[in-house]
Amino acid sequence: MGEKKRKKIKTIKVDVDKCNGCRACEVACSAFHAAPKYSSNNPARSRIRVIREPLKDIYVPVYAGEHARAECMGRDKYTIDGKEYDECSFCRASCPSRDLFKEPDSGLPLKCDMCESDPELKQPLCVQWCITDALVYEEREEEVEEAAAGEELDTGLEALADKYGLDKIMEAVARMAVAKKG
Amino acid sequence: MRYAETGYNLEIDLTRGSIERVATDPRDTELYLGGLGTNAKILWDRVPPEVEPFSPENLLIFSAGLLCGTPATGCNRTIVSTISPQTLLMAFSMMGGFWAPELKYAGYDKVIFRGKSPELVYLWINNDTVELRNASHLRGKGAGETAELIRQELKEPKAQVAAIGLAGENRVYFASIEQGRSSASRGGIGAVMGDKGLKAIAVRGTKDINIARPAEFMELCNEVLEYIKFRNANPIEGVMPILAGLGSPQEMAVHDEKWHTENFMWGNSRLRRKDFWNQEVAEKWTETLEKMRTRLISCYNCPMKCGATISVPGLPTYMMKCFSKLTYTMAAMADLEFGLHIAQRATEYGVDGFSTPQVMAFALELYENGILTDTDLPGLPAGNEERFHWLLDRIVRREGVGDLLANGTYWAAKQIGKGAEAYAHNNIKKHEQLPLKLSMLNPIYFLMYATGEKINITQIEGQFPQAPFATREEREKFVKDWFQVPDEKFKQYLLDWEPRGEKSIPFYPTVPMCCDIVDWQERMHYIDDALGMCAGLSSFPLKPPYHIHNYPKFISAGAGIEMDEEKLTLAARRYRTLVRAINIRRGMRRKDEKPPENHWKKRFPELEKELLDTYYAFKGWNNDGVPTQDSLRGLGLDYVAEDFLKRGILTDAVEAASAEAPKGPAAN
Ligand code: SF4
Ligand code: SF4
Ligand code: SF4
Repeated sequence: MGEKKRKKIKTIKVDVDKCNGCRACEVACSAFHAAPKYSSNNPARSRIRVIREPLKDIYVPVYAGEHARAECMGRDKYTIDGKEYDECSFCRASCPSRDLFKEPDSGLPLKCDMCESDPELKQPLCVQWCITDALVYEEREEEVEEAAAGEELDTGLEALADKYGLDKIMEAVARMAVAKKG
Repeated sequence: MRYAETGYNLEIDLTRGSIERVATDPRDTELYLGGLGTNAKILWDRVPPEVEPFSPENLLIFSAGLLCGTPATGCNRTIVSTISPQTLLMAFSMMGGFWAPELKYAGYDKVIFRGKSPELVYLWINNDTVELRNASHLRGKGAGETAELIRQELKEPKAQVAAIGLAGENRVYFASIEQGRSSASRGGIGAVMGDKGLKAIAVRGTKDINIARPAEFMELCNEVLEYIKFRNANPIEGVMPILAGLGSPQEMAVHDEKWHTENFMWGNSRLRRKDFWNQEVAEKWTETLEKMRTRLISCYNCPMKCGATISVPGLPTYMMKCFSKLTYTMAAMADLEFGLHIAQRATEYGVDGFSTPQVMAFALELYENGILTDTDLPGLPAGNEERFHWLLDRIVRREGVGDLLANGTYWAAKQIGKGAEAYAHNNIKKHEQLPLKLSMLNPIYFLMYATGEKINITQIEGQFPQAPFATREEREKFVKDWFQVPDEKFKQYLLDWEPRGEKSIPFYPTVPMCCDIVDWQERMHYIDDALGMCAGLSSFPLKPPYHIHNYPKFISAGAGIEMDEEKLTLAARRYRTLVRAINIRRGMRRKDEKPPENHWKKRFPELEKELLDTYYAFKGWNNDGVPTQDSLRGLGLDYVAEDFLKRGILTDAVEAASAEAPKGPAAN
């Protein structure tokens, strides 16, 4: 158990009524995460995806959350204001049941990191590029339990293990360790 | 590595069903940029003037612009080029939406179709997997309906689909290609697509587009976004609301239609209704739009929301933008509810929103004047609105008289005879124009109408105010932050331009000034069409975020091609001249370069002659509108000069006097 600690909570408020479906947020996100930064862009790599069905007036920007190793036991399907949304529409997981939030070539999971960078951006880039204010950024402080360390590493490794098998990963780690020593 | 572009085209031979991925020459990008520019080069090289629009040898090219798929805001145009069945000249209609960026992400800059498929097919591009698929089950389906069905059968909701409706299948000369909220509709390119047996192109891409100098490019993009915010907050004063802001005219957002309804013509571009707009109409139309419009929507990577989803009770939802909101309403002398209703059907059929209403109004005018009779129109309903629906159904099916009307007013009038030609009064180069009839000749517009090869004024005009500001103070205020001008002299032109008196139209701006202004406006449109930029953020509005000063930087940083204003201007002039060369080779000459006879009441033949003479010389064209050898060679278009000499279009004499133009095969 960690100690109590003040933590900055970062929230992106999504107003789907203001979304015009332009996908500028996807463009900005994928450019920001290219290496080197902005050297390419490809919405399929974006950590925000706009679910967009104009004829049904469905516009939902969704942020990539945690990687899910297995899909849920069941699915959900919402109808809001008479509009029927596809199964799992609002879920943020990079999940085996769908191709959302995965790198198109490697299939590795994508997760929104709030544009963490040094120097810090004044606002996440998707928010900056959404000038119609469907996305608005907010920060506040909250008292929380300190999160267990290494969580991120675990997630990444788990995903790799799912894809390549744990043995392969261990072999690779061993190889890298040897290479580093030598 | 290639930057901004992918460096690959798809070559599809529909006759043989073959698909090839072909690497392109980066030198062509330097010379012709991309989009329209490289399309023109391909059409020049591969479609000689003997090839008729509906010949298998005619090409149909879908091209993304050079910067489509990069983060440049609003850069999403697909430029479709072919030889038009209506004008028999090069057609290059553009569409916004989402298709071009998706094509880039799939790994291609262009898709080039040749031949004709023996059966109806559609093309499915999924990154490296490209296949022609049977579309017989889609025959007769609406354009939007087709897109939905294709996405469902491919199980690929993210595929972007461009499709034709029944009109394209039946080779209606003003058939469009529809793509969600956008369409490429001028010049009948949908008819060429139908002729080729191609119902749709679906594309899905998940690859990267690379940027040559990333940090610099993003900085430029951010400047554009900031300026868009500034312009949204600071509309231009002293001009009518639809010209005050950025984007395509915000027809989906505005309720006040006083200006359009009282200044544009109703019916077959005949009647001006000066006191049409009143409280009652305003309330009724506002209610209609509020009721039927679900949401304002944008194209790919653009905040401007120029389109809307429209749900007419009892009909499937569709998407609309711009002035099609009023074209049907005004042609039928009806109300907005009728307009939005018939536009749903027209969009599914896939027809151009400018030509179609005019063709129908023209038919009814012929009927009222006894040129078409009950024998020609068996079963014509009694009600006016019903008549429009009835005609639309017959045109897209080419049924009865619909078969003639489907060729547009110019050809239909010729075929109908009996004096019908007098009623096809609103064409330039055989193509229906905006329903505008004005009083005093405007020399700038005269030149644009006469020489524009896009043949549609909204794709030629822009940048320079349409009319002078009333007072000196207003003018001074306007020019103060007008940094988009290519040269300071344009500010002076505007400062001195008065609504009345010596320095007013038609004699001011002077002839040389008009040449400068028209050349600037044209240049910006041609650059947009090569880069894939929406005119609504660049060449069309006043004080746009993209202009001649930042475009070279976008190209340098984005595509990695060293560029400055001079080199960009030269490139634009090069492919602009190539477009003209294609048309000249097809028989277009000075005789074709004229606005409709009745466009202005007060005409000035001598001034008009001087305008055209001077502008031709200014552009490096001879007195018949043919680019001279010198100007061709100066642009590196020696191959065009050789071809012109060989065909006798130019002679080796200093100035070629080709008074009698050779006729294109179908140019009768
Ligand atoms: S940028 Fe904003 S308006 Fe555009 S799709 Fe994303 S959330 Fe919607
Ligand atoms: S906050 Fe940053 S990482 Fe997250 S979706 Fe937006 S741009 Fe991408
Ligand atoms: S300005 Fe309008 S038409 Fe142009 S790209 Fe943006 S939304 Fe589309």
